[in-house]
This record gives sequence, C-alpha cells and structure tokens, in this order.
Amino acid sequence: MSLSRLLSAATLTCSLVMISFVLSAQTPAPKKSVPAKKSDAATQDSSNAQSSSDQDEGDRLFQTRCSRCHNAPEGFSPRISGTIVRHMRIRASLSQHEEEAILRFFNP
Amino acid sequence: MWRPISLIKYLTCTHALHSVLLALAFFGAVHRSAAQDTPLLSGGVGFLTSTNGGNTTYTPIIEPLIAAPIGKHVLIESRAALLESFFPKQNGESGYDHSHFAGFTYLQADYVVSHHLTIVGGDYLLPFNTYNERLSPVWIGNFQDGPLVASLGLLSSGTGLGGMLRGNAIARSKYSIDYAWFFSAASTNEQFTAQRATGGRTSLYLPQQRLEIGLSYDRRLQDTQENFYGMHVWWEPKDTAFRLRSEYARGHHAQGYWIEADYRIQAFGGLDSFIGRFEPVFRMQQTFRRDNIVSDGLPLVDTQRADFGLDYNLPHNTRILTSYARQFSSTGDRNIWETGIVYRFLFPAWKGK
Repeated sequence: MSLSRLLSAATLTCSLVMISFVLSAQTPAPKKSVPAKKSDAATQDSSNAQSSSDQDEGDRLFQTRCSRCHNAPEGFSPRISGTIVRHMRIRASLSQHEEEAILRFFNP
Repeated sequence: MWRPISLIKYLTCTHALHSVLLALAFFGAVHRSAAQDTPLLSGGVGFLTSTNGGNTTYTPIIEPLIAAPIGKHVLIESRAALLESFFPKQNGESGYDHSHFAGFTYLQADYVVSHHLTIVGGDYLLPFNTYNERLSPVWIGNFQDGPLVASLGLLSSGTGLGGMLRGNAIARSKYSIDYAWFFSAASTNEQFTAQRATGGRTSLYLPQQRLEIGLSYDRRLQDTQENFYGMHVWWEPKDTAFRLRSEYARGHHAQGYWIEADYRIQAFGGLDSFIGRFEPVFRMQQTFRRDNIVSDGLPLVDTQRADFGLDYNLPHNTRILTSYARQFSSTGDRNIWETGIVYRFLFPAWKGK
C-alpha cells in the first residue's frame, strides 16, 4: 500500500512539475502544415481578410477538435478532404459550424 | 482485442477485406463526381519490439482503414489489423515461435441524420471511456501497448454488433455536449464477436479551457449481468503542446485508472525543429482487484505501473516510439522495454485527374 501511495505521490509531483513548466513557458503554437495541398487557384485568394479569418477559425478548430487525439498529418490530397471531415464529424461529434470551418480550412 | 486465427481463418479475413474493397470501389465509382469526397485509404504500418521480463517479442503490424462516403449522408468505414508476432519458445527451448493475428477492428455504416444525430449500424467500437475509440490505432497511441485498465467495460471484444446513436447534443461557443448510446446483440462470429449489452458515453467540452470531462456506462446483458462505470478527463492548455489524458473505470470485480501526459518543446524553433520533434511521455496506472472473480482483462492482483516514454516525430508521418516501464505487483516486479517505428499513410483510394 505504501508503494502505491509513493507512486501516486510521484505521479502527482511529475504532473504538477510538467504543468507548471508548460504554463511558465507558454509560447504560441506555430501553425501546423495541416491543410490539403492547395491548388493553384485556391492559393490566389489567400490575401482576402475574410478568408484569413476563416483560416484562423478553421485552424483553431482543427487544433481543438482533431489534434486533441492525434498528430496532424503532413498534408493530403484535397480530393479526400470532404471524406476526412465527414469521418471526423461522426468520430468527434462536430457541430455544423465546426464541420464547415474545418472544411474551409482544408480547402482555402 | 486481436484474436489469434488459423491460416484458413486468416484467408477468410483476407477474402472479407477484398470484398469490402470491391464494394467500396463500386460505391466510389458511382459517386466519383464529388470532388472532395473520394474514398480514402489510411492507417499505420509499424514494427514493434517489446522486452517483458527478459523475453523479447517482435511484431510487424499493419492497420488499414477505409472510409467511403456514399451520397451526402452515408459513410462506410472499417479498420482491420494484421500482424505477425515472433516470441521466444517456452519450456527452455531455444529459438523463436510465431503466431498470426488478423481481423476486423470494426466495420460500420454511418447515416448522418443531422449534426445532432448519426445512426451507426454494424460492428462498431464501444464508446466506453476514450482509449478504445480515440487512442487505440497504432499510428495514434503514444505507447505501443494500451493501459492495463483499458479492457474494463469493453466486454472482451471491444466492439458491439448492432446499432448506436451519437452526435452533438448542444454546441455553443463556450461549451458543447456530445453523446453516444449503443445496443449490441450477442455474436460468436469469428470476425464480429460481441456480447449482448447496452451503454453509452456523454462528454462536456469547454473549448476555451480546452478541457473535456466525460462519463461512461455500460451493462452486460448476458450470462452474469454486470455494470461498468467510467470517467475521463482530458486537458490541453491553450497555446502549448502539452496534453493530459486520464481515465478511470470500475467494474464488479476490479477498478483502475491511468494518467498520461505528453509534451513537445516549442521554444527551440517550433514543433518541426530537431528538438521540437521530441515528445516525452509519462503514464501512471494502477489497477485494484475487488475480489478474486476474474471476468475482465485486468491483472489478477493489485498492480502499479509507471511508463516513461520518449517519442520522436520524424517527417512524413513517421514516429519512433520508445518507452521503459516498471510494473509492481505481489506476483513480482518487472521491467518492460518497448521500441517501435510507425508510419501513417493517408491517400485517396484511386488516382484522380
């Protein structure tokens, strides 16, 4: 029993140390290269402010709803972006807003 | 969850996989016009080694996943596992022996009624706690083996055969609540083993705090009927690459928990730098026997285990997993060393224009 208490205390201590370390050294997370490979036409519109806002929202939602479980893949064909979002919609119970934002994020 | 099978059964499984591929190709051909809805092939390929109490096991593994949308509301998805395990011969003999494992992990059809409701039919992963549905794929898990308590509430096979309702009950900017509820029939089919059971899970997610809290429950409805209770807490502080995951599960005869933390350093050039690709991982777990009746996969005596891992995220969706674990129990303490490399693939089912 004393061993389990010792391990529990060690776990708690390690967790607190890691959490305090993380919180004390917070730096903005760089955007991951998640979106599908952009087509030539799609890249032309990236300067649009509304599009930029959509991208930020999609990026945020991708971080919170998808990367919570798994690392982001390093890019994929835009032809499967809809399939991925539908899969995630079911697996992660995405709302309509979240689904649309992530799909726009994949296909700017 | 993987079941050893003979060569004949292995071929049966392969035949079934071919059938699924052909069916998906057919459905995909019918709906080829949807530019973003091409069926996808994904999954992981890995080579894993594990040294447990001095015995080393080598395991090449492939876990393919197929997802094929049909129309605007239906998705067919399936995951399988095929592996070969090489392990030292027993009874003092020298050399290695080997065994096959192959089978569907799940095969289900999803009908999306609305964003609040999806109807799932087929052989699906049981929505009890989080490990089974979210972290069990070989290309996702930070450790190559699951938590000791992961089998509690999963009714031996980890899957149900029947129907499930799931979706997003409430979605607000500050919180969301999702749910999943299933009913499973009993099945002794070699590929789709399941027990008669019902249960579900509900989760509250706070996006600003990046905090998720969930409760699970299921009840076996055959043989000795038992209740299982679960709870999970996940936390991922904003603007960090730190993740904390934990689960607790309780059955009639045993209970236990695990806590896992992983972190990637961003201060030295970001996540894609040499340093940023390192991922230290720590997991603590304990299981407790409530009596001597064994009806679950937990150790026969109270067990404590601490896992220390160091993963490295290579470019091109490849990960190196290494870990050391020390396990304590009244039957003897032991060291467990694990290493592995896993590649995750993701591409359309066929070449496009």
